Amino acid sequence: MKKLGVFICHCGVNIAGTVDVKSVAEKIGKTEDVAHSTDYIYMCSEPGQQIIREAIREKGLDGVVVACCSPNMHENTFRKAVKSQGMNPYLCEIANIREQCSWVHQKEKGEATRKAEEIIHATLEKVRKNESLEAIAVAVNRRVLVVGGGIAGITASLDLADGGYEVILLEREPALGGHMAQLSKTFPDLDPAFGGLLSKASEVEKHPKIQLHCYSELEDVKGFVGNFDLVIRQKATSVNGAKCTGCGLCIENCPVEYVSEFERGMGIRKAIDMPYPGSVPNKAVINRQHCRYFLDGSCHRCEEVCPEKAIDYDQEEERISEKVGAVVVATGYELYPKEQLGEYGYGEIPDVIDGLAFERMLAPNGPTKGKIVRPSDGKVPKEMVFIQCVASRDPDRYMPYCSRICCMYTAKHATIYKEQVPDGQPYIFYMDIRSDCKGYEEFLQKTIEEKGLLYLRGRVSRVFQDNGKVRVLGVDTLTGKMVEVAADMVVLATAIVPSPGVKELAAKLRATVDRHGFLTEAHIKLYPVESSTKGIYLAGCGQSPKDISDTVSQASATASKIQALLSTDKLLQDPLIAFVDEGICSGCGICVEICPYEAREMDSHRGISIVHSALCQGCGACIASCPNFACELRNSASNQILKMVDTFVT
Amino acid sequence: MAEFEPRIVAFLCHWCTYTGADLAGTTRQQYPPNVRVVHLMCSGAVDSIYVLKALIDGADGVLIGGCHPGDCHYQTGNYKARRRVAILKGILQQMGYTEDRVLLKWISASEGKLFADTVTKMVDDLKKMGPNPMKQLWNA
Repeated sequence: MKKLGVFICHCGVNIAGTVDVKSVAEKIGKTEDVAHSTDYIYMCSEPGQQIIREAIREKGLDGVVVACCSPNMHENTFRKAVKSQGMNPYLCEIANIREQCSWVHQKEKGEATRKAEEIIHATLEKVRKNESLEAIAVAVNRRVLVVGGGIAGITASLDLADGGYEVILLEREPALGGHMAQLSKTFPDLDPAFGGLLSKASEVEKHPKIQLHCYSELEDVKGFVGNFDLVIRQKATSVNGAKCTGCGLCIENCPVEYVSEFERGMGIRKAIDMPYPGSVPNKAVINRQHCRYFLDGSCHRCEEVCPEKAIDYDQEEERISEKVGAVVVATGYELYPKEQLGEYGYGEIPDVIDGLAFERMLAPNGPTKGKIVRPSDGKVPKEMVFIQCVASRDPDRYMPYCSRICCMYTAKHATIYKEQVPDGQPYIFYMDIRSDCKGYEEFLQKTIEEKGLLYLRGRVSRVFQDNGKVRVLGVDTLTGKMVEVAADMVVLATAIVPSPGVKELAAKLRATVDRHGFLTEAHIKLYPVESSTKGIYLAGCGQSPKDISDTVSQASATASKIQALLSTDKLLQDPLIAFVDEGICSGCGICVEICPYEAREMDSHRGISIVHSALCQGCGACIASCPNFACELRNSASNQILKMVDTFVT
Repeated sequence: MAEFEPRIVAFLCHWCTYTGADLAGTTRQQYPPNVRVVHLMCSGAVDSIYVLKALIDGADGVLIGGCHPGDCHYQTGNYKARRRVAILKGILQQMGYTEDRVLLKWISASEGKLFADTVTKMVDDLKKMGPNPMKQLWNA
């Protein structure tokens, strides 16, 4: 028989105000195998822990129940405390009598006291059958995969590589940069975004510790924290990257033009082209959907003009296998699809564009070389309307969340517009202005005061084309008056949504996404850069909308978390996993089918199922599905659970 | 005679409903003290025998709490729970449980109020149903 100790916390008045802790301690103390039962005002405090340590030492306890707050709060604290006295930490369990008892039954003191006593009795049942366990040490691969080559992925890669870790960086597009490569200037300092991005991207390209795979996607992932096996699909660029010098002759000579996605539909690109001028890597790529060689074999212009003989029409896509210990998901964002924003005339009226299209217009390397003109007729717009919160903060029809960057970039857009067109009038429709980071409010106030921006608080009800103008109907809720602007051009600050394909990627990585498709963090406050799957980390807008400063901070935070994870050669894993009673297992294989982690396998030689302890996450799916109780979870075996049920019912 | 107070055994998954039940406490939602919680890692780990044992022992109701579809920490444990409960309900009917005493409910870690409301409603419903007939059999 074990000698058990029970320690009941008052938590000030949080527990003791409802539960009669003294009487509970006294009653529990009468249990046969309870050698020590006591209460104290704050068990988690140093003197409280000292009480536990002393009791273990003096009474020779070999099991402890601490009745206090949720195990999510202090399980670790108390397990460490018992461990310091040489007790196995897995022999200490928490009875949750605060969150799930005293706090929720504040007016029923008698019942709450009885309930607390039962919860402690049930937890004692569990401890009676708990085994001493050791954390499982697993070898770690100290390389990192970063998915996404925008500013988040670039930052995380550089931080990790500078820390001495090998990084594999995957980018779906043919070049690094993500959406930041499309931006003109950034708020609040009106700094050109492109230069800073390019220098970071070139650093990545040259870094000896970073293996860059552009035009590549993650095809398959297996394994677990510390040991992921990857298959990368490298798409065919049809250009030998080692030979291409980026001279651009092929692009000049290519006869095929099509609408450029990078220029948000306002420019054209060639069938052989670079993702953007000066891109990193600075190599041409053939788009096989547009290239005449691939369509009908009628054209070989690029092959003929390339001085380096770099064109390789026969190039095939490659599958590359790699091993890493951790993964950063930095998949970024997309803007809300314009097809679904008909009420703003978006997609129908050429002079209604979105924020990123306006960025391209403002960019010196953009389709208009930085000049603000109407897409329909090339005239300089004199009346400009900016509409904020398009599809954001609109739970009934669109997205309920705030996209976070639009208030500031709209102020920036209007400022740059006013600088370029001093006699023009910008109108900004807003709901309220969110400018809560360093220098943002100052930037905003300065622009409003100096530039004469007209902020109208209210939403737009209709946008339609009228005699060469874009008529915008709205309301100014501060004056209560209807507003009508005959605008030359309208810029919509459309909502940020996750990049397409994130859901599928998350499924491969066993990470989770929320109902909008943003990757979910393990805990919004305490573990903001970890996903709910160990070894998978988050950075950038794939997790939630954020601006460049926040993205860079988060990417660096992610990198430092991973450096901590990979700083040892062995990872310690929780041993609360499945095990098999080999004498009972009939080898039916149901557990192998049901395991979501491929942690169960048939040992065909012995005809039984085994558990890969490094893969098992302890979910218990196999336990519940085993028809003859041959597999169990360590320290949550069925007999323990059934004993707990007994305590609660009888 | 004192009013019948049903006894509910709840099997809650660690990642969603157990944490949601914690949140009910943190936000001081009040609900009747008729429920006893067994903490499991996943609703997919709720063995049918746990539910059957609780009912045979005399529990008036069993609550199984898991993550919303698509949110399972272990990918598909909640779907496994859903299928298992569907089958189990058929068996319980055969055992003579004409009323529905087993409730499978998706309650996320942020739905403390939903947890409190769920328990409150379940207690009300069970009061209307009356005690577990099996219990009377034992006491006879």
